[in-house]
Amino acid sequence: MSLLLASADSAGAASAWSQPFFHHALLAGTSIALAAGLVGYFLVLRAQIFTGDALSHVAFTGAMAALAGGYDLRLGLFVSCVLVGLLLAGVGRRGKADDVVIGSAFAWVLGLGSFFLTLYTTSASGSGNGGAGTSVLFGSIFGLDGGQTLVAVLIALAVSLAVLLIARPLLFATLDENVAAARGVPVKALGLGFLALVGVTAGEATQAVGSLLLLGLLAAPAGTAIRLTNRPFRGLALAGGLAVGEMWVGLAVAAWIPQCPPSFAIMTAATVAYAATWLRPRRDRRPSALATAES
Amino acid sequence: MESPVFSWNPLYDFQLMWSYPFMVNAFRAGAIVAVVAGAVGWFMVLRRQTFAGHTLSVVAFPGAALATLAGFSLSLGYFGFCVAAGLVLALMRRGREPGGSEESAATGVVQAFLLACGYLFMALYKGLLEGPQALLFGSFLGITTGQVATLAVAGLAVLLALAVLGRPLLFASVDPQVAAARGVPVRALSVAFLVLLGVATAEAAQITGALLVFALMVLPAATAQVLTARPGLSLLLTVILGFAVTWAGLVAAFYRPYPLGFFVTSFAFGLFLLAHAARFTARALERRRDALGAAFAGGAA
Repeated sequence: MSLLLASADSAGAASAWSQPFFHHALLAGTSIALAAGLVGYFLVLRAQIFTGDALSHVAFTGAMAALAGGYDLRLGLFVSCVLVGLLLAGVGRRGKADDVVIGSAFAWVLGLGSFFLTLYTTSASGSGNGGAGTSVLFGSIFGLDGGQTLVAVLIALAVSLAVLLIARPLLFATLDENVAAARGVPVKALGLGFLALVGVTAGEATQAVGSLLLLGLLAAPAGTAIRLTNRPFRGLALAGGLAVGEMWVGLAVAAWIPQCPPSFAIMTAATVAYAATWLRPRRDRRPSALATAES
Repeated sequence: MESPVFSWNPLYDFQLMWSYPFMVNAFRAGAIVAVVAGAVGWFMVLRRQTFAGHTLSVVAFPGAALATLAGFSLSLGYFGFCVAAGLVLALMRRGREPGGSEESAATGVVQAFLLACGYLFMALYKGLLEGPQALLFGSFLGITTGQVATLAVAGLAVLLALAVLGRPLLFASVDPQVAAARGVPVRALSVAFLVLLGVATAEAAQITGALLVFALMVLPAATAQVLTARPGLSLLLTVILGFAVTWAGLVAAFYRPYPLGFFVTSFAFGLFLLAHAARFTARALERRRDALGAAFAGGAA
């Protein structure tokens, strides 16, 4: 967004810390990162990262459709992500869709997004606003105002709370679906509810790092946590903590270096943390199901 | 361009479109890209490597953005980044079960980071007023004859490589354990395939944009594999479908002011849904016929 670049340029590096836009970004970013870290951990554990990838494209189309129709961008984000999340859970057996079906569906959804983008940029309301597509794709966390920040924080905290509430049964259903189903855990309902949460998180994360990059916010902290520990609850906490830490580092770097877009700084922090785990020699790891049974 | 009118007379319509040199080039490039992406995509769908394929296809964006920023040839940016990303993904698969959750996390990180790099290059390059949208969503206008020649050469190379590797690759994709036991170099084939996937996506991305390449790879192949289980036939069907939707998309995009990617993906997805509906109906009919036959046999007895 040109607005945020201009404000970052004029504010300069040293005083960016005291600007309201930075405070908003810090507040919203922290809560969004927490939600994304927690949800992402289960997403990786359940091998549903590709679903996150699909939702990242759906988020773009939803936002563009809302803009083209003259609605609030966030309405389109949440409605499209949650609907498609539920749909993907619904078409597959046991709440998981086939990768080829997911890929086919989101390939088309993205084409639809390019249609809405054209519709929006050529329509009267969006003329001269060609940057809207870019800010949806790559995020504009420094462009959030007070009201948007409040909503983002509340929704993100609600998602985090919901994940923590269903963490135990969801973990059981993830690690051993059949046993969990036999013990009376509502596996299918959990799968549906979880993907709805993923949808909400995708909508949230789009506001922070953009629809194309939200996959990194979901996958990187979780991937790092899983490589560091095989105890599920420690991993969950680690994923949330790492995501928040990486968000802070990214925002600080972006405030320090005005040329560096915040989304890039956040992704770089996340990627560096993930890459660092590859340097470390791997311990002999037991299957995580064993660790759960013992913990 | 004054918006031309579609006349429903194909001869006249094609004559009108092909009177513009850029449309001739667009149709040529579209045909090459559709055939190559279809053929490689068929193996991608068979190997269930859609996530890797999608990652390689979006990597075209940072490649092109870096080429724009540093001022070297766009083709070099596309091919360099996509092939390099293919090698990185192949490297990360070493010693791990393919398709595991950890591998997909790694793929996701690679994809997001490279896209973020693309955004950085774009932000640093202030000159481009259009923003990244042309690179992401593609443009079929202004394809030069030189580009078509490059596409044709690279496309031929990919098809030749596929023709050589095709049989062992099919074997290794369908049953990796048995193939490995029979002495097929499964690991080397998987690396080679990812590189081929990189070249094919780099090629297609120049026309469809980085975000829509994936549609050309996955949709025709997924449709064909729903319709028939015979490898040769479904490969042929994939190529034909890809070619048809691309040309139909070009025709539609020429006459209507909406983007090419929208038409191509919509046509392809429509066929995909039709194929699923057809299979569903066929199965339902078969079940019904079986039930009727059983009832009839029971009644006769």
